[in-house]
Amino acid sequence: MTTFTSPLRIVESELIWYKRTWRGTVISSIVNPVLFLAAMGASLGALVDRGDADLGIPYLAFVATGLMAASGMQNGASDGSFPVMAGFLWRKHFQGMLTTPIQTRDIVVGRFMWTTIRLTFIITLFALIGVAFGAMELGPALLAVPPSVLCGLAFNTCVSAWTTTRRDGTSFSTLFRFGIVPLFLFSGTFFPISQLPDFLEPVALATPLFHGVELARKIAIPGAEAPLVTSLPLWLHLTYLVVMAAVGLYLFNRLLDKRIRP
Amino acid sequence: MSETLVEARGLTKKFGDFTAVDAVDFDIHKGEAFGFLGPNGAGKTSTMKMITTVSPITDGKLTVFGLDPAAQGRDIRRRIGVVPQEDNLDQELTVSENLYVYGRYHDMSRSEINPRIEELLEFAQLSDRKDSRVEPLSGGMKRRLTIARSLINEPDLVILDEPTTGLDPQARHLLWDRLYRLKQEGATLIITTHYMDEAEQLCDRLVVMDKGKIVAEGSPRGLIEQYAPREVLELRFADDDKDQAVMKIDGVAARSEVLADRVLLYTDNADDTQIALHERGVFPEQILVRRSSLEDVFLRLTGRSLID
Repeated sequence: MTTFTSPLRIVESELIWYKRTWRGTVISSIVNPVLFLAAMGASLGALVDRGDADLGIPYLAFVATGLMAASGMQNGASDGSFPVMAGFLWRKHFQGMLTTPIQTRDIVVGRFMWTTIRLTFIITLFALIGVAFGAMELGPALLAVPPSVLCGLAFNTCVSAWTTTRRDGTSFSTLFRFGIVPLFLFSGTFFPISQLPDFLEPVALATPLFHGVELARKIAIPGAEAPLVTSLPLWLHLTYLVVMAAVGLYLFNRLLDKRIRP
Repeated sequence: MSETLVEARGLTKKFGDFTAVDAVDFDIHKGEAFGFLGPNGAGKTSTMKMITTVSPITDGKLTVFGLDPAAQGRDIRRRIGVVPQEDNLDQELTVSENLYVYGRYHDMSRSEINPRIEELLEFAQLSDRKDSRVEPLSGGMKRRLTIARSLINEPDLVILDEPTTGLDPQARHLLWDRLYRLKQEGATLIITTHYMDEAEQLCDRLVVMDKGKIVAEGSPRGLIEQYAPREVLELRFADDDKDQAVMKIDGVAARSEVLADRVLLYTDNADDTQIALHERGVFPEQILVRRSSLEDVFLRLTGRSLID
């Protein structure tokens, strides 16, 4: 019985903690989309649309779906980095939980549930701001939420697993500088990957954010075709992200257990 | 004989090539306060982590409440309370939220937890800080809160890993007083410490650990009687005189220990020994006479002082 309810205890404690600390994160989850949509979508978009780019839709609509998936990646990755390291190294509340009936698996599943809730909230907010900017219709915007959340979860579980192998937080800047930021720039968020040099296109095809962006775009913009999106099937993107999330979850459980139950 | 709550036989913990706990045997009975005394790195914390099922055992046998930590960890943890060596309270949460969260981890309902919180805050003398955040509390208050938190599930066994390390004397005494009360209410306590006065005050029975092994076992008084003569003279010398004095005092007492800063003489009669010193022409700068303590037991057993 407790095996099913224990992860919920983790979610509950995260909620209690979040109630105390939410202010900073909520501001960034409102300010970030506004800044990006204003700069990239509206301002840059006006230039793009005046040029000879033939996307078939306004650039703002194109970039908004990409940004939603990218926001999933960024928030998922950052939820898998600092908070996880805080859990076993800085605040050490993971070790505290383990002195109660809670087990490592409960922490892993509980954090997964909590991240799902948080990502859904942040990305839905992003979608609504996008609608307010006139980037998307409400329906398609909301349809792009689940694929973006899935993209975030895939990053979250893998980054969480990786975090448990780090000695301290100095690795995080490397992760963001050489992992997350390049993905953000070159995985189809801001331009179709067909714009990349030929030799880089397969690289982009292999990256997880590309599949998140494609999935969000194909779902939110029905009937979208090249050059807006590739001709790859939906199920491929979906499988990629689900497998990535599952592998990450499995590794996170194993590695975290090693770390907190030496 | 009362019920055995923890039984260890040949209990061993290895980390790679390093043996942290080396085939130790002990029994902990219901209602007693049992101590693990030893310096840092003796294997006390590793032993605690195995008992709390947080760290898997490498070899030997361990049962807690007759249960196997590897297979029934959850059932064991339901019945224990743990005060870890490092504070892991949620600094951002309030005092009562910290207790509430742990009550929920133990699957207690809100209506069970709330009266329990009131009770525990009173016990920990923190009732007036109920809604304040943890972060600004003093070290002693945080420790008392951690102890209150460990009691939320009304545990049959409370495990305290160095409960007073880092506290000032006043805070320590207040904490000892609380632990003493807990003991009187019939709780079973396991306490690790490297303070001998703490072990003497709180423990009914204890084991002395060194380098992963148990080197002695008994009651504090019993250990002192067994391993150390009744009284100790602590002699301090001016630097120049020390070497010469050490030669002269040979054989004046039952046993002597030469430490970096002082010389200890163990004797059954301090007055006689003092007279004997004068007769030999030994005049230390300072002489302190005291009853022998667990520190002396430790010194005798390991050749090292407890806190380096």
